[in-house]
Amino acid sequence: MLRFDVRLQLREFAFNAAGEAANGVTVVEGPSGAGKTTLLRLIAGLVRPEAGSVVLDGRTLTDTAARTFVPPAQRNIAILFQEYALFPHFDVAGNVGYGLRARNIPRAELDARVARELERFDIATLAHARVNELSGGQRQRVALARALVLEPAALLLDEPLVALDLATREHVRGELAGLLRQVPIPTLFVSHDPADRELFPGPALHIERGTLTQLL
Amino acid sequence: MIRTAVAIAAAILVAFIVVPLAGLFFHLQPSDIIAALRTTAAQEALRLSIITTFSSLAITLLLGTPLAYVLARATFPGRYLVDAVVDLPIVVPPAVAGLALLLAFGRNGTFGPVLGALGISLSFSTVAVIMAQTFVASPFYVRAARAGFAGVDRTLEAASATLGMGPLRTFAYITVPLAAPALIGGAVLSWARALGEFGATIMFAGNLQGVSQTLPLAVYLNLESGNLPVAVVLSVILILFSLIVVVTVHATAARRPI
Repeated sequence: MLRFDVRLQLREFAFNAAGEAANGVTVVEGPSGAGKTTLLRLIAGLVRPEAGSVVLDGRTLTDTAARTFVPPAQRNIAILFQEYALFPHFDVAGNVGYGLRARNIPRAELDARVARELERFDIATLAHARVNELSGGQRQRVALARALVLEPAALLLDEPLVALDLATREHVRGELAGLLRQVPIPTLFVSHDPADRELFPGPALHIERGTLTQLL
Repeated sequence: MIRTAVAIAAAILVAFIVVPLAGLFFHLQPSDIIAALRTTAAQEALRLSIITTFSSLAITLLLGTPLAYVLARATFPGRYLVDAVVDLPIVVPPAVAGLALLLAFGRNGTFGPVLGALGISLSFSTVAVIMAQTFVASPFYVRAARAGFAGVDRTLEAASATLGMGPLRTFAYITVPLAAPALIGGAVLSWARALGEFGATIMFAGNLQGVSQTLPLAVYLNLESGNLPVAVVLSVILILFSLIVVVTVHATAARRPI
């Protein structure tokens, strides 16, 4: 369970979001510029709120009153960035293994876990490909593999389909939905496409000018 | 008509640069090279130039990298002022820089008494050469590195952080490799500027063989004392170094990462 209650003054409006997300996918919808990405960054610890808290599975990650702030590197929250943010100077395996390297996992175990993850995402043949040679769909799989190989406690997806062209988008949407249903962690899926909401009909969050409402 | 005029103008300037430099090679006699390189003055100038330029480069990298990063990323009051101050040595005449260093760190300079009390005498020493080189050359690195850091996509650094890398490791594994072409280009350019340093060095460090007489100063002294062949040989060495630098800078600039 992910609970958050964060406040932050932005240039155009005051951001004020309190809500929760149980295990499984929670769609975060709202017009562009409403603060959806800001919410993800606040939860991941990439931005500090002026006031408020973030609690994941009972572990306090942010609590301004208690001056608690766990840095992003120690939160074990994975983000799938909009353009995937793959590292252009590493190959596919290097990208997927990056977080394991951060955890100082021994080489042999790291290689085995990367290989397993590449198999799972059907990108084993691309292990040594450079990421700028990949198609949009392949990039997304690499980014997901890089995030999920760490067995994160929560997953944040920032409009994971907008970087794809329309033809691939439908196909990848179905694939992604199937995959996310197998991941039993709180998953925030930011989107402004109604088709995504239809795919995950559970609870949803709506943000408008920094103010969040919980939809059931 | 206009095309011809443009071509002629371009050709004149290129020839103006190439002819004198190439001409130096025509003054070069093979026997002179060996004779010149056998002189203690030439050997010491070469040795001193190598030691001092790599020392000033090391200082520039050590202090210039954090400065460039801060200028590229941080917002603080007076940032534009710091930015401008860092660029100053590029436009200040080297002789003026040398005089400023002398009046600040020389025996009778502002910090002279303090340094003297500590038993340190900087002016007319090898340390003074390194200081003069760092003063005039470090801005070339800081400028390039600042642009390099500014060009790194910050989302990649955020991704690195959420994957578990702390700030220092993110800097080492993501920021530096992606800014590397700019960092290398800047370092090479800065080193070349230090190698050619003359004005600030002669003002602040003097022209003492084995202590402060680097290659450009040795060229000057040998010309003054009528020893033209040695001046030519040392000049050709400096040109060859410069050629390597230009080729390196162009090569690293050509393969910037996306």
